[in-house]
Amino acid sequence: MSVLVFIDHIDGHIKKASLEAASYGAQIAAQSGTDAEAVVLGNPGGLSELGRQGIRKVHQVQGDQLSVIDAQVYAKVLEQVATQTGATVIVFSNNSTGKTVAPRLSVRLKAGLVSGAVALPETGSGFVVRKNVFSGKAFANVSVTTPVKIIALNPNAFTVTDADGTAEVVAFNATVDAPKVKVTGSTKTSGKVALTEADVVVSAGRGLKGPENWKMVEDLADVLGAALACSRPVADAHWRPHNEHVGQTGVAIAPNLYIAIGISGAIQHLAGVNRSKTIVVINKDPEAPFFKAADYGIVGDAFEVVPKLLDAVKKVKGVS
Amino acid sequence: MKILVCISKTPDTTAKIAFADNNTKFAEAGVQWIINPYDEWYALVRAIELKEADAGSSIHLVTVGGADAEPIIRKALALGGDEAIRINADPADPYQVASQIADIAKAGGYDLVLTGKETIDYNNGSVGGMLAELLDMPYVALATSLQIAGTTATVKREIEGGEETLEASLPLVVSCQKGMAEARIPNMRGIMAARTKPLKVVEPAATEALTQVAAFGLPPAKAGVKLVSPDNVEELVRMLHEEARVI
Repeated sequence: MSVLVFIDHIDGHIKKASLEAASYGAQIAAQSGTDAEAVVLGNPGGLSELGRQGIRKVHQVQGDQLSVIDAQVYAKVLEQVATQTGATVIVFSNNSTGKTVAPRLSVRLKAGLVSGAVALPETGSGFVVRKNVFSGKAFANVSVTTPVKIIALNPNAFTVTDADGTAEVVAFNATVDAPKVKVTGSTKTSGKVALTEADVVVSAGRGLKGPENWKMVEDLADVLGAALACSRPVADAHWRPHNEHVGQTGVAIAPNLYIAIGISGAIQHLAGVNRSKTIVVINKDPEAPFFKAADYGIVGDAFEVVPKLLDAVKKVKGVS
Repeated sequence: MKILVCISKTPDTTAKIAFADNNTKFAEAGVQWIINPYDEWYALVRAIELKEADAGSSIHLVTVGGADAEPIIRKALALGGDEAIRINADPADPYQVASQIADIAKAGGYDLVLTGKETIDYNNGSVGGMLAELLDMPYVALATSLQIAGTTATVKREIEGGEETLEASLPLVVSCQKGMAEARIPNMRGIMAARTKPLKVVEPAATEALTQVAAFGLPPAKAGVKLVSPDNVEELVRMLHEEARVI
């Protein structure tokens, strides 16, 4: 199998989700005794270091017209790279760029797309990829029947590998169309860590009683290097911005650690966080449904527990 | 402005998830069906708001599904669609669905095509992008805001760690998510009117699927929660550090 990984980047850096995709793609290639290659549109730092994730060659397409992620332009460029390199498996991260570009490339190449993959493909008979369905409440093994396959890997579903190695970066001359969309502005969300990429997420709900009580949650997130999240009622009441809302109709996340403070754990909330590897629930109601989905729990008042938790974490982290 | 809103039928958010026929099918017995929330709350309601601001607009609905999808499409008409087309085929995969809708969309000459960012059952989020490619239109995914002035759309979209504001000319395909509009409920007048609004059933064109679900499964159950006393928070942190190794 000839594997090609799409490398996404922002502010000059390769996104963590793309390092995961590179590691995943290299693993697929290794299964069939080949090396994975990558493609990048633009010029972020650290391309040759993709060798540490097992990428041997990076095809780099450059041009001012690639500075805006116009799915139409990107898909046409990627089609050229995929065709010329003879790629049979194309890997994206299922992040905002992957969600925008992969479906278009799927049509151009008439290549079956599995978006939201969570495991390596089974290639014993056919080509079957496991993905999350029903908002993480179940999974589906999806069989791809086309000669070329596209996989969009869920963020945080595959661990970044790290080994010695250097990737060769080669220029790829592609025909690049003029973009039809233009960027007129951008804003960063207040948090320091992108919610969908965060290893640790600290989340709070109505149990906090009001937006003025978020300081302790923010302090805890700071010490943990965590992203902030909230439940739907909190976002609907405008206590917190809607981009922090995790759940069925908000953002779906899969961090290593999810700490839920004062959130009861309605089924719609669980649907957005149930792929988290470890869930800690702090709630004063012992009957809160969230405890059934949790790995660790404290039945207690958030206003007493969270400051203690902050102190204990500081001690472990060696911060005063 | 002619707006096309793509509507999917999905199980209710609280539906029990179980599988039948040797884990190859979703067990539908006793399941309540709803309009996919992203299609309803964000795509359709934003279309209604745009029409309210520009009375010359019309809202056309399309769904791919059997006769059992009719109550869903009638509800969408009750919320504020003007007319609907049901393509009489069982949805097989995103490519098959997008191909079916593309035929309708090409014939209709729409200025704006809206979808939800994904369905809450298959979580693919692929139909919008595939449809845009089949129609050769620009595509903005994961939009949180959409304004139209003349033939120019201003769209905000989610990117990792922030939002980006984009401008594009119509025609355009947009996938919609939270932030786009405030949810509404259909009123009695809408429900009555929906009964007589045009709902056309068309037979599907011959298209193939590129993928198929071989089997469904449920994740292994959690081992059970380990409760820690609120007076012993250090113990929780110790376990997170040494046992779960996440701190």
